[in-house]
Amino acid sequence: MKKSAGRSKIVRYNKWGYIFLIPFVLVYVIFQLVPLCSTIYNSFFENYRVGLTQVGPNWVGLKNYITIFSDASLLKYTANTLIMWLIGFIPQIIVSLLLGQWFSDIRLKLKGSRFFKTVIYLPNLIMASAFSMLFFALFSDVGPINAILIKLGVVTADNPVRFFSSVWATRGLVGFMNFLMWFGNTTIILMAGIMGIDPSLFEAAEVDGASSWQRFYRITLPLLKPILIYVIITSMIGGIQMFDVPQILTNGSGAPAESTKTLIMYLNQHLYSKNYGLGGALSVFLFIITAILSLVIYSVMYRKKD
Amino acid sequence: MRKFKRFAATLLVGMMATTALAGCSKSNNASSGNTDGKEGSVLNIYVWNEEFKSRVTDHYPGYVKTDDSTGKIGDVTVKWHTTPNENNAYQNNLDETLLKQSSAAADDKIDIFLVEADYALKYVDTDYTMSVKDLGITDAEIANQYKYTQDIVTDSKGVLKGLSWQGCPGVLIYNRNIAKEVLGTDDPAEVQKSVSDWSTFEETAKTMKDKGYFMVSGFDDTFRVFSNNVSSPWVVDDKVVIDDNIMNWVEQTKEFTDNGYNNQSSLWDDNWKKGFYPEGKVFCYFGPAWFVDFSMNVDDAASIAASGGWAATEGPQGFFWGGTWICAATGTDNPTLVADIMRQLTTNKDVMTEIVKADNDFVNNKPAMEAMAADTSYQSKVLGGQNPLAMFCAGADKIDLSNLSSYDQGCNEEFQKAMKDYFTGNATLDEALATFKKNIVVKYPNLKAE
Repeated sequence: MKKSAGRSKIVRYNKWGYIFLIPFVLVYVIFQLVPLCSTIYNSFFENYRVGLTQVGPNWVGLKNYITIFSDASLLKYTANTLIMWLIGFIPQIIVSLLLGQWFSDIRLKLKGSRFFKTVIYLPNLIMASAFSMLFFALFSDVGPINAILIKLGVVTADNPVRFFSSVWATRGLVGFMNFLMWFGNTTIILMAGIMGIDPSLFEAAEVDGASSWQRFYRITLPLLKPILIYVIITSMIGGIQMFDVPQILTNGSGAPAESTKTLIMYLNQHLYSKNYGLGGALSVFLFIITAILSLVIYSVMYRKKD
Repeated sequence: MRKFKRFAATLLVGMMATTALAGCSKSNNASSGNTDGKEGSVLNIYVWNEEFKSRVTDHYPGYVKTDDSTGKIGDVTVKWHTTPNENNAYQNNLDETLLKQSSAAADDKIDIFLVEADYALKYVDTDYTMSVKDLGITDAEIANQYKYTQDIVTDSKGVLKGLSWQGCPGVLIYNRNIAKEVLGTDDPAEVQKSVSDWSTFEETAKTMKDKGYFMVSGFDDTFRVFSNNVSSPWVVDDKVVIDDNIMNWVEQTKEFTDNGYNNQSSLWDDNWKKGFYPEGKVFCYFGPAWFVDFSMNVDDAASIAASGGWAATEGPQGFFWGGTWICAATGTDNPTLVADIMRQLTTNKDVMTEIVKADNDFVNNKPAMEAMAADTSYQSKVLGGQNPLAMFCAGADKIDLSNLSSYDQGCNEEFQKAMKDYFTGNATLDEALATFKKNIVVKYPNLKAE
């Protein structure tokens, strides 16, 4: 009697587990799984609209994939995306680690750390489009940055620094904006990770005479690894999906010479003509590289541990 | 975090959409209750800027402005739907709405939409536009209009599908002060001698540079002048053709950029508009009548236009730019009102003369314009008291539209965008051409570009 009652209790708990999962699963299936499958399905059709004329959908097999992959620009856009992600991510992870360490170090007794924690997070609250418009205005040929440079006598009014005609200036700006927008967020996550490390480890190290660098390198970093993996993976997935900042900054053209055109901007171009076929093929490609990159990072980070 | 952000954004959009829809249904109920006459109570007009709106507000008899996006004509509420033109945004929005036209509620149906020469054919050659004849406007009523304005909106079966109140022959608009200083005169006939063809134009550009001025503001200024004088349309049999004359523009602009004859700006950007002010040091712009009065910042007291510092002359070659046509959408529930707006703005001589006097537009009425061209009392304020109408009249007669295609806007924009990289030295000519060909096929997947 008692035994069976106990078992039924366990079963009932399991039921609640499933019930609580329903909202997530429902949302996931409707908004993620179904679109994912329909994207793959769509990628096998010729399906676009020119003006008011609808072409397709006609089954074309792998033709869309052949079109996408036979075009060298796909490689270029992938490279652009990764380069701009790296320009933003490398300073982001360094600054975030540093700030995370400082903010969580009780011995430093930083004044106003709460205030600064809020401030560094603020850029993330601005819409990326507004942020891009701001930078576009700041760095335009007739913008305030050029006005300052002219005042300082660095350049002449007839020949300002044309930031948006220079490949590396534009890429640098995109990277810098992504850095500004995301380093606060990363700092908060890393800080949480650092604070989760057992303080007795640091105390023991200190007693053993470890320098602060050794404490960071030998204790903080290894124990922070799971959080670091999480940060890198999410940032990379975000990076591959980079769109809003370069799109607004260059008005969708990826100027100069398409050096800031990302994969999603390319996808957006296809969707402008409602080209679901090529757009679908490109999305599947994106899905695959996102999956591969995540797997690579995951396995690399965990192999060292064993 | 990004995921969360996206989720939050989706949530917000969802909330907005819900409230918007709720708003819609409410207004629907309200307006369907009001309908008593035979015709609809809401006139929906799709536009991309303020120009047509201000023409209707200022000149259509009986129009009462409610706020920036609504007005009233009698019992009918006029709703203005504005979408910017750039990157085909206006067209895409219009396409979406037109495709839903047949199933839309009467008050949501498009009644009037505007088109530009660059893509007029795309709409005119479909059943989405109504024949002007079906609206009750006769050939006799529109006999005074310039022939070319009707050719643009005539479909492949010879049916006229739209009307325009303006003509857009272009001229060269130059800065009087710079002309006086560099060329010794600001008399249009004398200045014309320095810009009468492309080789003298280039020589003058060098003189301007030596004196510290820019001949033109940016890369795209002379584009229309070249692209209107081509020997073949952009698209022939679904193949993209780059005309030799377009390549002449590329060659000239590259030379101008390398020599510093222009200020390396792109059409409509802030740097390009700097020339509207004295410190911009730009000698000339190319444009039609609407450009002079609508685009050169005349409302700003500091601008050259406000002090009448510009003058117009024919320039190296004739061309036209833009122009707005009024089309009636098939399925409109206000055909009488639509026809009346067309009549008043494009055939009523009094209204049209008023437009010329108030807005310095060049209207689509040949006898009226020729009379005004001879009238010495008419003066353009922006052009320092000059009467440019004779020049526009001569230009309007010469406009040749045989090389239009429905892909012109996309082709022009993509070509200018791609060539900018060549001008600034970020790409070779071949690379820039390849970029153009690639992107035009992405924009119009049915085309081929080799």
